Amino acid sequence: MKTMSLETRQNLIIGLRYALLILISAIFIFPIVFMVVSSLKPDIQLLRDSGSLRAFLPVGDISLNNYADAFERVPMVQFAFNSIFTTAVSVGASLWLNSMAAFSFAFLKWRGKAIVLSLIIATFIVPFEVVAIPMLLIANNLPWIGPNGIEIGWLNSYHVQIIPFIADSLGIFLFYQYFRDLPDELVEAARIDGASIFQIYARIIMPIAGPILATVAILKFLTMWNAYLWPLMTIRSEELRPIMVGLQYFFQLNTAWGEIMAYLSVVTIPVLIFYLALQRAFIESIATSGIKG
Amino acid sequence: MISAATARRNAPLWVRLLLPKDAPLYQRNDAVMGWLMAFPALLVLTVFLVIPFLMAFVISFTNQRLISPNPAEWVGLRNFERLLTIRPFTLEPERDESGAFVYDDDGSLSYPRLRNFTRNNPDYPDLDGLREFTSWQAGENRTVILAADVVFLRALINTLIFAAVIAPLQGGLALLLALLLNQALPFINVFRSIYFAPVVVSMVVVALLWRFIYDGNNGLLNTILGMITFGSFQPVDWLGNPYTAMPAMIAMSAWQAVGFHMVIWLAGLQTIPVSLYEAAGLDGAGAWQKFRYVTWPGLRNTAVLVLIVITIQAMGLFIQVDVMTRGGPLDTTQSVVYQAVQRGYGKQDMAEGAAISVILFVIVFTIAMVQRYLTRERN
Repeated sequence: MKTMSLETRQNLIIGLRYALLILISAIFIFPIVFMVVSSLKPDIQLLRDSGSLRAFLPVGDISLNNYADAFERVPMVQFAFNSIFTTAVSVGASLWLNSMAAFSFAFLKWRGKAIVLSLIIATFIVPFEVVAIPMLLIANNLPWIGPNGIEIGWLNSYHVQIIPFIADSLGIFLFYQYFRDLPDELVEAARIDGASIFQIYARIIMPIAGPILATVAILKFLTMWNAYLWPLMTIRSEELRPIMVGLQYFFQLNTAWGEIMAYLSVVTIPVLIFYLALQRAFIESIATSGIKG
Repeated sequence: MISAATARRNAPLWVRLLLPKDAPLYQRNDAVMGWLMAFPALLVLTVFLVIPFLMAFVISFTNQRLISPNPAEWVGLRNFERLLTIRPFTLEPERDESGAFVYDDDGSLSYPRLRNFTRNNPDYPDLDGLREFTSWQAGENRTVILAADVVFLRALINTLIFAAVIAPLQGGLALLLALLLNQALPFINVFRSIYFAPVVVSMVVVALLWRFIYDGNNGLLNTILGMITFGSFQPVDWLGNPYTAMPAMIAMSAWQAVGFHMVIWLAGLQTIPVSLYEAAGLDGAGAWQKFRYVTWPGLRNTAVLVLIVITIQAMGLFIQVDVMTRGGPLDTTQSVVYQAVQRGYGKQDMAEGAAISVILFVIVFTIAMVQRYLTRERN
């Protein structure tokens, strides 16, 4: 055999590269495929198939029975509603509060601003796990105005799942960075036209903050949808339980594999579809959150 | 005409408080609006981040419980002493009246029982209540490491090992993936999206899913290993075996998060100018030399960032433990945060939970300072 031409050799290298890329893809995809496929199989078949490659194929006795059974065993609709509700409110409120604070930091002059801003950046270093335990004590002693007047203690409620998370230092910082890079003329021109400060925030700045709104919304969505440690400690009743804590609880009922796979699929597939539709925004947002330090 | 300084002095108190010293008086509206707009977010951060953070330190010196009829009292360093006390102790073999060693039936040296020293022995007050953490033989003596809180010490060491292993492992794999993807080939973004996908999946979901993969009877991993080795592989109960539980947890955690750091590496790779590679190519550099002398120096700060971010995240290890093993088997997967939750929430012992949180913070803070130091601007 003659030596290969340069072109053939390059093609070979590219071919090998793709082969490797595809092989690695299998490692990342196979557990997810296994999850979805297994959710469609009755338990006996699921166990039998896990001994062969059939574990990854939707073959045999395929049905949605596991889903029906899972929905019957636990109030999954209620869990899903709780998660959707707390996530939606937190995302909305955090976009508002964080952007408003960041606007103030970026465009308005007030005393102590520099110190407050550096304190906010300093809090990046405090992981949630460090404050979780004392936060539990605080939440247990805060007052709340309920239907029976003033009550002490936030535990076991929707607001204890929402309010601690409606502002966060990373969100403020991301908005601040974005606003700081906008041209000053934008604000100055609006001031000369007689716009009030709140109008400048709501009508001039927010409409052009699309990309950063998406970033902060995606990060908040993921933390709230995946919330586990905090609701685990603060929520006792089933009616208020969010979906990830409900999942662990469901698992502890010694449920059949197929049903658990169905539950896993229900909480994962919507997020994956959301991710696939907005890949770019997802990847960029999460990458930004990693570079905060 | 009055000066700005006079006008300021005559202004109401709130103006003097809110307006920066060098700002003209007509900007007072800005100052008020500035405070008002930042206030809601700052209030939330104060109540749910700053105060709990400071409280962690305060509570850790008390005997605070979540619910208690009695007010909390100061106990000084007692919580930390209970968690962290470690004493090495040397046991000498027993001797008979003539001074010769006593051997037991199977011919090994016989030692006095530890509890003779650690239970109400007036000669050894500092060993009271301690328990054996580990021990080894040194000559004819046996050295025992005694600890006040064996489970917490195990959790601390496990978490440090978890972090120390997963940081280079996950960071290195992420770099390999990034290098593989850092080329303008068709469909490369499809692969990037696939590798990143597990990052958006909840750790609770991932951990439950991998419980099935690691299962000792019908687990997928045993099946696949059996197929590759044509049936000669003996099935392992990955999460039930003290030797494999922690490695299994590390592998799964890396699988879930490697895409995240791959993206950070990719961002770092993109900052290296193409002209540097071209110049190196003209100088006759091969692929490895290009990596060694162009890519790697350009990635220095990214490397520190990636390692530190993984390490700090690893110190927060909780969900994997709670969902997969609950600390077992034989405490080989206990973690610091899992213990903080077990005590602070489970036993409602806020003080001990807070003390563990403080220890965690000190570790994380140290790691972050190391990062500061390594990525400092050099001049």
